[in-house]
Amino acid sequence: MSELHQLTISHAHQLLKEKKISAVELTEACLAHLAKMERKVQACVTTCEDVALEQAREADKAISSGKIQPLTGIPALIKDVICTRGIKTTCSSKILANFVPPYDATVIEKLKRAKTVILGKANMDEFAMGSSTENSAFFPTKNPWDLNRVPGGSSGGSATAVATDEAIYALGSDTGGSIRQPAGFCSVVGLKPTYGRVSRYGLVAFASSLDQIGPLTKNVTDCALVLNAIAGHDPQDSTSAPNPVPDYTRSLNTDIKGMRIGIPKDYFVEGMQPEVRDGMEVAIKKLQGLGAEVDREVSLPLTRYALAVYYIIAPSEASANLARYDGVKYGFSSQDAGNMWEAMEKTKQFGFGAEVKRRIMLGTYALSAGYYDAYYLKAQKVRTLIIKEFKDAFEKYDALVTPTSPTVPFKLGEKVDDPVQMYLSDVCTLPINIAGLPAISVPAGFVNDLPFGMQIIGKPFDEETILHIAFAYEQATDWHKNKPPISKISQPS
Amino acid sequence: MKLSREEVQHIALLARLGLSEDEIEKFRIQLSDILENFEILKQLDTTDISPTAQSIALQNVLRQDEAKKSYSAEDILANAPQREGNCFKVRAVLE
Repeated sequence: MSELHQLTISHAHQLLKEKKISAVELTEACLAHLAKMERKVQACVTTCEDVALEQAREADKAISSGKIQPLTGIPALIKDVICTRGIKTTCSSKILANFVPPYDATVIEKLKRAKTVILGKANMDEFAMGSSTENSAFFPTKNPWDLNRVPGGSSGGSATAVATDEAIYALGSDTGGSIRQPAGFCSVVGLKPTYGRVSRYGLVAFASSLDQIGPLTKNVTDCALVLNAIAGHDPQDSTSAPNPVPDYTRSLNTDIKGMRIGIPKDYFVEGMQPEVRDGMEVAIKKLQGLGAEVDREVSLPLTRYALAVYYIIAPSEASANLARYDGVKYGFSSQDAGNMWEAMEKTKQFGFGAEVKRRIMLGTYALSAGYYDAYYLKAQKVRTLIIKEFKDAFEKYDALVTPTSPTVPFKLGEKVDDPVQMYLSDVCTLPINIAGLPAISVPAGFVNDLPFGMQIIGKPFDEETILHIAFAYEQATDWHKNKPPISKISQPS
Repeated sequence: MKLSREEVQHIALLARLGLSEDEIEKFRIQLSDILENFEILKQLDTTDISPTAQSIALQNVLRQDEAKKSYSAEDILANAPQREGNCFKVRAVLE
């Protein structure tokens, strides 16, 4: 049998249900393994052992009285941008380094009702702005497949924790690829739900029209289980959708015969790593082999404008959202200033890191008098066109398939001083947020022992189809069974 | 699109963001470079296209105006950098 921390949600659930293991044993195993892994990868900002063990004891009580749900007693790590009552929520920023939220995000309330176990909070790029987790104000997280490389970002801590078995699953957030890109870089499954599918209440806002919370898991079945637990309408989030939530595990079957899959050639961009291109070719052939009707002649010519649209809209929304960190109600507050305005300026100067400042500047510029029409309004109009282009494509296809990223994980430090190069690493994922669509990244292969992911994009609120295709692909391949060698250090007996 | 030092300082003032001399120069170069990449949007004719603010077109989401339980003052003030009694302490707004 696998060691306990290596279990998937569904396997652990089975063992908990049959009372072969307890939630406390499972939690202790994860905490012990996490402590070892952290010395190498640094995926966690906060660990909360006492809370976790208390929740595990509660879960065991529920199980012994016959009240077990799929996530009961399952240990998880939560991206540190999601508010947890009584547990520090820092956004990996100096400005929130000591912030303890007075409330739980809706997804946390839901997970608590399901009696999951919260091990701690995962490292990230500051305020979820970045693609490598190097923008954390505390420390960079390392890629478990090569400690000299980045795990992707911004949910790099969440992806690393799942890849190294520190946690059985994790939550991340995705504004332009922040769940899918690190999932691809760490060889785990990551899903960004349709905009509005999961409540954003208690998710610290970065770009409100693009942000979504989603699962990072060891396989597709677990992904469906977590989505079941967190999806649904929330009166606390006025952009949350009233659409009914299906049981996503019902989509998990291996028959994709006749499924119409489009391969947009615009995602096989210039500068794409040739080995990733070749690897995607193998993955696409696999889908064809499973009976899918694959069309390689799909053209989405507006894709080339998505990067510019994204880097106008996201920073504009960020500059408005981050204006709240004025040092008055919570967070770091500069006391070393003469008057009120100076205090505010110094609070932000010393509280925010370089990328956050860069985006506040960019967004403020795009929204400022004289430039609003040329940048922000123009980007919003092109957004309309991009949404229509996807809508038209989905008349002909059930799903679209692309690489998750154009390359395998890059080296730590390689792109930190070149924002445009860093932004390009999200070129395949950010159009999906612009259009609000659901998309999943599944492990699809390795280049010299470094992983890459395949992205499957669906129609709005059709998470079922992408989970279906992802499951069929996963069952026909072994990529998800590969584990980073460093995660295999066994427990002392 | 090349930004001047003065433009960078003006944007920082609008955002109430303090910047060091080094940061002003660094952002002047980097933001100019990023803005250069936005020029591509000029290729597209968007004359009769309406803008999209968010993708799922929900409109006028309203709720009943009913009083409900909220947080205690102590919960909300717990993170205050400076407080006095049950208030957030701030610097003088009018001098």
